[in-house]
Amino acid sequence: MASVGIVTSLIAEAMPLEAFVPVPIPKQKVSLEINGKKLDLMVDIRSTLQDLLREELGLTGTKKGCAMGDCGSCMIHINGNRANACLSLVVYNDGNKITTIEGLSNGDQLHPVQAAFLKHDSFQCGYCTSGQIMSAVTCLREGAAKNREEIKKYMQRNICRCGSYQNIVDAIEEVKKSGVKV
Amino acid sequence: MKKNFNSAYLPDERVDGLEKVTGKAKYTAEHQLPNMAYAVFVCSTIAKGKIKHIDTSKALSAPGAIDVMHYENCPKVPGYQPAAFPDLKNVGEWRGLKVFGDPLVRFYGQPVALALAESIESANEVAKLVEIEYEAEAFETDFDTLRKDPSKLKGSNNYVRGKIQAYKEAPFFVEAEYNVPIEVHNPMEMHATIAFWETADTVLLHDKTQGPKATQSAVARLFGLPEKNVRIIAENVGGAFGSALRSWANVPAAVIAAKKIQRPVKLVLTRPQMFNLVGYRPQAWQKVGVGADANGNLLGITHHAISNTSRYEDFREGIVDASKFLYKCDHVDTEYKILPLDLSTPTWMRGPGEATGCFALECSLDDLAFKLKMDPIQFRIKNFTEIQQESKLPWSAINLKDCYAKGAELIGWKNRKQLPKTLKEGDWYVGYGMGVGVFGAGRGTSTVRAILHADGRVVLESAVSDMGSGTATAMVKVAANALGIPEEKIKFVMGDSDLPPGPMQGGSTTTSTLGSGVHLACESLKDLLKDMAIQMVDSFKSMAKDKIGIEGLKLFSLDNNNISVTARELIDKKKVSFIDIVKTSPGLNTREIQKATNSFSVHFVKVHVHSKTNEIQLKHVVTTGDAGKIISEATARSQMLGGAVGGIGMALTEEVKVDHSTGKISNATLGSYIVPRHTMIPHIDVWFTNKPDPYINAIGAKGLGEIAIIGFAAAVSNAIFNATGKRVRDLPITKEKLAKVKA
Ligand code: FES
Ligand code: FES
Repeated sequence: MASVGIVTSLIAEAMPLEAFVPVPIPKQKVSLEINGKKLDLMVDIRSTLQDLLREELGLTGTKKGCAMGDCGSCMIHINGNRANACLSLVVYNDGNKITTIEGLSNGDQLHPVQAAFLKHDSFQCGYCTSGQIMSAVTCLREGAAKNREEIKKYMQRNICRCGSYQNIVDAIEEVKKSGVKV
Repeated sequence: MKKNFNSAYLPDERVDGLEKVTGKAKYTAEHQLPNMAYAVFVCSTIAKGKIKHIDTSKALSAPGAIDVMHYENCPKVPGYQPAAFPDLKNVGEWRGLKVFGDPLVRFYGQPVALALAESIESANEVAKLVEIEYEAEAFETDFDTLRKDPSKLKGSNNYVRGKIQAYKEAPFFVEAEYNVPIEVHNPMEMHATIAFWETADTVLLHDKTQGPKATQSAVARLFGLPEKNVRIIAENVGGAFGSALRSWANVPAAVIAAKKIQRPVKLVLTRPQMFNLVGYRPQAWQKVGVGADANGNLLGITHHAISNTSRYEDFREGIVDASKFLYKCDHVDTEYKILPLDLSTPTWMRGPGEATGCFALECSLDDLAFKLKMDPIQFRIKNFTEIQQESKLPWSAINLKDCYAKGAELIGWKNRKQLPKTLKEGDWYVGYGMGVGVFGAGRGTSTVRAILHADGRVVLESAVSDMGSGTATAMVKVAANALGIPEEKIKFVMGDSDLPPGPMQGGSTTTSTLGSGVHLACESLKDLLKDMAIQMVDSFKSMAKDKIGIEGLKLFSLDNNNISVTARELIDKKKVSFIDIVKTSPGLNTREIQKATNSFSVHFVKVHVHSKTNEIQLKHVVTTGDAGKIISEATARSQMLGGAVGGIGMALTEEVKVDHSTGKISNATLGSYIVPRHTMIPHIDVWFTNKPDPYINAIGAKGLGEIAIIGFAAAVSNAIFNATGKRVRDLPITKEKLAKVKA
């Protein structure tokens, strides 16, 4: 253990932390309703909804798979419409109502789409799952789940690298057929 | 947690399913530590050369900037130069890129600086403001041209059985070249590391890894620390497919930076960085020749391959291996070389080696069957063998014939026509194809702790991680079976290097290796209970152990059912709240059992190809697996589905494009590197032989993560050939390439 001490002190001595003068981060006031809760926030004007949710608000159910609009793992609902959280600056969302995966289930009651994903094993690693479910919900709400081909077209924006596509469509189709309100 | 949710579907779901569908499952980058700094890599904009000058003045004056770390100010770490730290015991040279260790640039996009800031937004901006001047040198990235120059190739691995190039003397033979481009794992979760020095010489990492113990050892050796001073947490891994089988530059970068600024550091790769900082399937050229007699008996196989590696590490994989052992053939020769390029180092990607090799082999066999006017399945059955041809050992279990039969039935093989272009639906040619996959099925060492609580709950612990294949779900089932108690009573705890040492999740060995550990721990737990009964309960005193039965944690005398005691009574009697046992299950020694051990798969594809536009549409996929006993049906099925989807990408869309004028990957986004999406996926049927392998382990299960993709691309190519008479041997198969081929 003595030797360990030598290394760490070597490192610490060799590299003193340079002093720096902090520069203020540009901020702006924004009001949002997230999962039914009203929030007034001072946010970095460069923040995306994705980084706000994940890094500031602890709502890490919204994923980051690319941060450039390609993968759908960040899908959320803004005023009821699906949207890529990575492509939306927070400051453009003043007054908007946002729903994330965390706001989908009603207390302990799973949303029917979540339950159907469980039943059909519609995921493996689970990383794309929040985005898939958020898209699936608007797919059903918007009447885009007429048949399997239509479901696939609507879900095209959501990549699942684990390849659970068939089970995802199975889940959506079942919810559609059950007629339950989503 | 399960119980709180009111779902009708609880019994079969994954044990971690609820957390995943509710967004509660936390992945590496989703942890927050107090006073944490955000880090972003600044990457080189030349392919080869040297950093001449780094100017960080603008970067450091940006809002929120903390520091910019680069080769000039990077602390010296023992693992970068072990010779300079002779006094340290546990130092090991860091494998791979020693990021910030010197001013050299080895590939385009190599991390050359690390921007550290108070928020992710600031870190991104700081990274952009770092100004770097380079001294560029000539570089080589063009595989297709360079592989033709023998002086550039390294390390020939030759194998000969019987005569060399015997296929050429066979009455019927085909020979052809095949190309597989660079493919990238691209798991949906990007690689990330959070590093926190809890004391001057103990460090905690949240890290995306397929093996917490391996990462622990790598970090410990990097700093010359005892392993116990390093803790790795990886509770959920958002896919990996091989990319997290080793630690890449993000690990030392985050750990060193955290030391330097004395704050926790979170470093998350960007999607473009995922294309060359965490490995990829190497580009490969292959030439295969196969020959047979008129009856379809294989007379010769010759398989040559070259794949790329980086300039700073040699990476090789088993591209030509299946050709050596899968089919009955006395004359086989193979040759495999690597070509170092100014690119980053490749690594194992799902079905490593065999996915590339079986593409070429299985297409070649299809071509030869066509030449012989034989059904491709019959041709393979003709050359079927129960003896592994390279080792000459019998297989522990091989049920390929069942896969052929069932797969053919499910895909409707009887509708297939031997001659291309004879089956048409409207403007579309219809084709059927199949391809075989094979991968080693091993069993490694694993240590598992089993804890039995007084209330009957069982907790199993091992330091493994799960990239999505469903390890915990399968292990709970193994334990439930061994102990005869309901699955709800069992919890499998993993994802932490502090737990008993578990294996790396890779090479399709988790179920076999860890399943054996769990099985052994559970059996030992039962044994312990029997010992306790003999010692503590009068009616069991002096009873022989094999006269004691145990069912659902109730022990009884096999001679007299009325003599019984429950585990709870035993634990209470001992005046403890739980009992536990730690057991190490040994690896498999194939020499000892004198068997060859493999998993097998056969994939079937029905395809439509448009007669005018050459558009390719998959219509139906059947994928069959011969991987011993299936422990967890739902998760095993999902793995096969995922392999088929990966195979569809390999066959039809996935290709990294390198701009050889700059060395830069020109399609490093998910918008331009095309992976399969919903509309590309036809109906997929999954079927397993589900026959226990009697030799591999006590549970009879083998791995199936790799065989799920191996051979798949060939099945697609073969189906397209059957439809059109056109063979595209360069992946991915596109309509543009099809248009250029003559039938
Ligand atoms: S993270 Fe938003 S689309 Fe990929
Ligand atoms: S479940 Fe892993 S990416 Fe979809």
